[in-house]
Amino acid sequence: MSEQKIVLQAEHLGIHFGGLKAVDDFNLELCEGELVGLIGPNGAGKTTVFNMLTGVYEPTEGKEYLLGSCLNGKKVYQIVAAGIARTFQNIRLFREMTVLENVMAAFTKDIKYGMGRTLARSGGFWQEEESAYTRAMELLSLFGLQDKKAELATNLPYGQQRKLEIARALATDMKVLLLDEPAAGMNPTETAELLDCINLIRQKFHVSILLIEHDMSLVMKICERIIVLDYGCTIASGTPAEIAGNKRVIAAYLGEEDEEEGSVC
Amino acid sequence: MMKLKKDSQKGTLLNFVGIAVLFAALLVFQQSSFASPYMRGILIQCCYVIIMVTSLNIPNGFMGQFSLGHVGFMAVGAYTSALVTKALVQVGVPYTGLPGYAMFLVAVLVGALMAGLFGLMVSVPALRLRGDYLAIITLGFGEIIRVIIQNIPIAGGKGLAEGQAGQPLIGIKNFSNMYVIVGLTIACVALMYAFVRSKYGRAIKAIRDDEIASEAAGINTTYYKVLAFTVSAFFAGVAGAIFAHRGLGTLQTSDFTFVKSTEYVLMVVLGGMGSLTGSIISAVVLSILPEVLRAFAQYRMLIYAFLLVLMMLFRPIGLCGTWEFSLLDTLRGIRGHKPKKPQAPAGVKREEVSEDV
Repeated sequence: MSEQKIVLQAEHLGIHFGGLKAVDDFNLELCEGELVGLIGPNGAGKTTVFNMLTGVYEPTEGKEYLLGSCLNGKKVYQIVAAGIARTFQNIRLFREMTVLENVMAAFTKDIKYGMGRTLARSGGFWQEEESAYTRAMELLSLFGLQDKKAELATNLPYGQQRKLEIARALATDMKVLLLDEPAAGMNPTETAELLDCINLIRQKFHVSILLIEHDMSLVMKICERIIVLDYGCTIASGTPAEIAGNKRVIAAYLGEEDEEEGSVC
Repeated sequence: MMKLKKDSQKGTLLNFVGIAVLFAALLVFQQSSFASPYMRGILIQCCYVIIMVTSLNIPNGFMGQFSLGHVGFMAVGAYTSALVTKALVQVGVPYTGLPGYAMFLVAVLVGALMAGLFGLMVSVPALRLRGDYLAIITLGFGEIIRVIIQNIPIAGGKGLAEGQAGQPLIGIKNFSNMYVIVGLTIACVALMYAFVRSKYGRAIKAIRDDEIASEAAGINTTYYKVLAFTVSAFFAGVAGAIFAHRGLGTLQTSDFTFVKSTEYVLMVVLGGMGSLTGSIISAVVLSILPEVLRAFAQYRMLIYAFLLVLMMLFRPIGLCGTWEFSLLDTLRGIRGHKPKKPQAPAGVKREEVSEDV
C-alpha cells in the first residue's frame, strides 16, 4: 500500500464543541483505490469525522489535504468540486424530484451554459443538457435504475433510494467517496446487492472509499484497512484481521473484562 | 440522439401556433361588443397578476423559500417605470404610436431591472434565514420598500421635480394596449419556464427538497437562492410596470400593502407550489372571480380563506401540484401516446427536514 499515491490525508484533525471534544487527533491516509472502514460504537464521532472532511464542520485543529492541496476553510460545495462526495446516514434525496433529476442536479456545477443561453435555448444549451442526460442515464443503468428515471425519488424502495444517493454522489465526479452507513436498515439481500454495488464502483471509477458501517460482516469482507474510533479517539487501525483480534476494540464494543483504568484514550 | 432538442423544437413550434390562436381570439374579442373598457381592464389585470403569481412561484414554490414581501418589488417596478415614462415624456419623446410603445418597453425593462436590484439587495441578508423567519423578514422588507416610496418626494404628486412626498403619483400615461401586454405576459411566462427547466430549475428544486444534500451534490446554494430571488423580483418588476401603466394614471402606495402580497401567495398555493400552469390558472380565476362576485365583495376574503382551507384539506399540493401543461403532450395524449409524467401522489406533504447531518 505504501508506494501508492495518497489521495486524501487528514493530519491531527480534531474538533471540539465548547468543552466537549468530539473528535481528537484523527489521522488518515487514504490511498488511490483503497477502501477504508471507519467503525466504532454509537457516538464515537464517526459522522463528525465525515462532517469535518466534507466541510460541514470547520475542524478546530489539524489539516485536511486532497491530493496535496489543503481543504481547510472551504465551503461544502467547494470541497465537492475538489472531489469529495458523500452519502448520508439518513438518506437525503431530492424527494419531490424524479430519479433522473436527482442525478442531473449533481451535474449543476459541471454544466457550462449561463443565464443568457438558458433563456434563449441556444448556443450549446441542448448539447449540454443532452450530454448531462446521457451521463445521468449511464450512471442510473449502472445501478439498474434506468427504468425508474421518471419516478419520484420518494416513491423508490429503500434499497434503491440508497443506490440513487450513491449514484448522485458519483455524478459529482469525485475522487473520494464517503459512505455513511450505507447498509443501515437493509435486509441481507439488499446488503448483498450493496456489496456488489460498491465493488462495481471500485472497478469502474477507481475511487477511494471511506466507509462508516455497523454491519461487521460487510466491513470485514470489503475493507482493506479499518480505523476504530471510540469517544472521538482512534483506538486502533489496521487490517480487518488485526482489528478483529484487537483487545481495545473488543473492549470498546463489548465492555472490558477486568476494570483496566486509562484505556479509554 | 438530440431527442430533447427535437421535442423542445416541436413544442416551441406548437406553442407559437397556440399563441397565434390566442392573438386571433384577442382580435375577435377586440372587435366584439364584449370589449368594453371594463373587460379590457380585467384582461390587463389578469396579465399582471399572472406575471406576479408565476414569478412568486419561483421562490415560494420551486425553491420552497417563503417570501411574503413580493409586492414590494412590484412597487419598485411600478414607480420606477412610471417615473421613467414621465421623464421621457417631459424631455419630449412622443408617447403615441410606435415610439410610445418603445418607450413603454424601455420603462418596463428599467423598472424590472430596478426591482431585480432590490431583489438582490434584499435576498443577500434575507436568505440567510429560512422558513417562518424568512417569511417575516421578507414581509418586513416589503413594508420598508413601501414606506420609503411613500416618503420620497419624486415618487408622489406630479412626480420628478414637482413631486410631493406622501401623495399618490398622478398623471401616468396610459400604455394599456392589449396586444403589447398579452405579448409581454407570454414572453415573461416563457422566460420563467425556460429558467425553471434548466440547471437553474433543478438546483433550486434540489434546494427546496434538501438544502444540505444539495450542498453535498456540489450546488452553491447561496448563489442559486439569491439568483432565483433576483429573477423573481425582476419579473415582479415587469408586473409592476404594467400595473402602473394600466390606464388609471395614478399609483399609490396603498396598492402595495402586505394584504396584496398574501393574495398573491394564496394564488401560488392554490395553483400548486411548483407549477407555472397552476399559477396561471389560479391567477386568472382569482382575478375574474371577484368581478363576477361583485355583489358579495365584502365576503371575498372570507371565501378565499374558505377555499384555502378546503384546498389544504382535500388537495394540499394545490390545483396542479407540480404538473405543467404542455401542448405537445396533450396532442400526443389525444393521438394515443402515453405521456410519461411523474404525478405527485395526492396528499403528499413535505416534511420538515431535520438539520442534523
